[in-house]
Amino acid sequence: MMAKVDESLFSYDGLDKRMAITKFNKVMMTEYWIPKDINFLWAMGVVLATTFGILIISGLFLMMYYKPDTALAFDSVNYTIMQEVGFGWLFRNMHGVAASVVFLIIYIHMFTGLYYGSYKKGREMIWISGMLLFVTFSAAGFSGYMLPWGQMSYWAAAVITNLFAGGSLDAQFLVEWIRGGFAVNDATLTRFFMLHVFLLPIVILGIIALHFYTLRIPHVNNQESEDIDYDAEAEKYLAGNKKEAKVIPFWPVFLSKDFAVLSIFLIFYFYLVFFHYDFAMDPVNFDPANPMVTPAHIYPEWYFLWSYEVLRGFFFDIAGISAMDIGLVAFGFAQIAFLILPFIDKDPEILPAHKRPRFNIWFWIMMVDLVVLTVYGKLPPTGVNAWVGFFATLTFLGLFASLPFVTKADAKARGAL
Amino acid sequence: MRELKILAVLIVFTAALYWGVEPFAHSQMHPHVEEADYSFKDVDGLNGMSGNAENGAMLVQSNCIACHSIESQGFPSVMDDASNAASYGVVPPDLGSAGFLYNADYLAAFIKNPAKATKTEHKFEDGKVHPMPGYDWMQPQEIADMVAYLQSIAPKEMTNKEVFLDACNRCHSMKYDGMQIVKDAENGVHKVGLQARTPKENITAYMGTFPPDLSQYTRSRSDSYLHEFINDPQKHLNGTAMPRVGLTLDAEKQVVAYLEDVGETTKAEREALGPKFLIYLVIFAILAWAWKAKIWREVH
Repeated sequence: MMAKVDESLFSYDGLDKRMAITKFNKVMMTEYWIPKDINFLWAMGVVLATTFGILIISGLFLMMYYKPDTALAFDSVNYTIMQEVGFGWLFRNMHGVAASVVFLIIYIHMFTGLYYGSYKKGREMIWISGMLLFVTFSAAGFSGYMLPWGQMSYWAAAVITNLFAGGSLDAQFLVEWIRGGFAVNDATLTRFFMLHVFLLPIVILGIIALHFYTLRIPHVNNQESEDIDYDAEAEKYLAGNKKEAKVIPFWPVFLSKDFAVLSIFLIFYFYLVFFHYDFAMDPVNFDPANPMVTPAHIYPEWYFLWSYEVLRGFFFDIAGISAMDIGLVAFGFAQIAFLILPFIDKDPEILPAHKRPRFNIWFWIMMVDLVVLTVYGKLPPTGVNAWVGFFATLTFLGLFASLPFVTKADAKARGAL
Repeated sequence: MRELKILAVLIVFTAALYWGVEPFAHSQMHPHVEEADYSFKDVDGLNGMSGNAENGAMLVQSNCIACHSIESQGFPSVMDDASNAASYGVVPPDLGSAGFLYNADYLAAFIKNPAKATKTEHKFEDGKVHPMPGYDWMQPQEIADMVAYLQSIAPKEMTNKEVFLDACNRCHSMKYDGMQIVKDAENGVHKVGLQARTPKENITAYMGTFPPDLSQYTRSRSDSYLHEFINDPQKHLNGTAMPRVGLTLDAEKQVVAYLEDVGETTKAEREALGPKFLIYLVIFAILAWAWKAKIWREVH
């Protein structure tokens, strides 16, 4: 039952009565406890939130002049926005570079969680909501890349939408349904515009809220995966025993470190925005889309290359199954491989990789393999390149198949199983 | 210390990734080609011969101006661009600036055998002939005289745009130069800028494909590619219909500068704003780290 409220709405007490802002501030800020034993990798969440904010704001400005029409899109970006609109070039560069850099930070954030075991027992929902964000960000990246309607926009769209035919399943109806026509066309551009500027941002915002929520109850992990008694440590901190307490409040202590890390990131990011943006805006995409001319090399943006290489890795038929079908199955698995991690890690304890010797080796092989897959995902898949891609793909799949055994062996050696 | 180690690992992985997908991948996808040759050593040019411009004037005026204009010398074009294109396939160039734009040896070789000098003999087989007849029946001295004349009437300086207009614009458009909104029955409301002088149907028929608009070539092609390609298109695009045009190094630099002038008008603004932005961010970083140090002194 609601208490009678006499205080004016326009006073702190009045607002507090109505919305419990003191309590809310404690729960979300000053008494939201974070372990003290952390390093700068723990700042990546705030770096990501900021980068997403940059994407939203720059995106709003771009949307004021962008035209989702195959006859107008290319010039609306490269002439109107880049040359006519005041600082249009700045917003375009900020948007393009942030779209690329956000994936670098996502990968760092994700592999930090992987290294420190932060996806395990009690924190599965953080990991799963995070992986959903990875999927939705990927969709946003892909749909956004189509919008400038350059050669790579067109041909990447053609190649990727064609995957939905499912190889030998030959589900052309599905491809046509997604494209809104037999080939990639004006309807495709308009619907990807809708996805990019409306549906996906809304969904992403919702999942970000979920991601923060899933984090609040189990608290973030720490460098040694120590199991902290938050109530006891919070009591110490609030009693003024700040140096001894193993926890710090989200505001201002944790965020002060985040802002410091963020400031370095922003210098790096804006350096790229002003002076080194070609890696994020492929030169090939400055040729207008032309369905009659296939570019010499078609490749996705760098952040999709590892899974693209898993798709291409099987380049020969095996036991009567076509290379394309095996590739698609492997590619499908790659998309969910990291999502199922909490369920195939059989070590009952939460520990960082440096306390799990076999998993530690597994982790670093995985990192190197992902770099190899990424680099070879861009190269033409011919000669020795095809074989490197094949073995790197086998390694990737093998790593996931071996994870239950690797983690169990670590636990046994420790006497935990 | 531990944080520095982690940072080092991050940097090593990020750098390896960057090197792999950018410089390394591009070196694999765009094979190295021989350096551009601005002396056109391969052509049968002047062979060291020097010419007499007065004699050359006579020869040019009796052999060339039936098709070519030389506006600066009082020989205007007898037809408009559309009729010229319909007659020859492509609008013939005005010869007033040829001595400025083109290497002298190349020019001599071109007059003798246009298809050979432009490296487009593959286009003129099975009875097709280059619209300009070869003059290799002339004496080498006469060719040298004509080249000397063309050089004598050439302007001493040209703007970047003038170079583009004379060297490239007969086939290539530059939409973003003077782009304006127009409305016509065929295309509705759309934007047009500098159009190619040869109408689309003619140039497409002549080249076999529509020569691309060059508005964004400063972004879509690297400087080294542009230099190598303009100097000899066959090196990067074997079999292309684009002729080697024989620009001197200076003229070619002016073309590339024009592509940038039109294709990236905000470059200067970007380069001026960048350092200011970064200085602001460095100040922000100093304040952020000072604040962090102050806050964390209480908890460490």
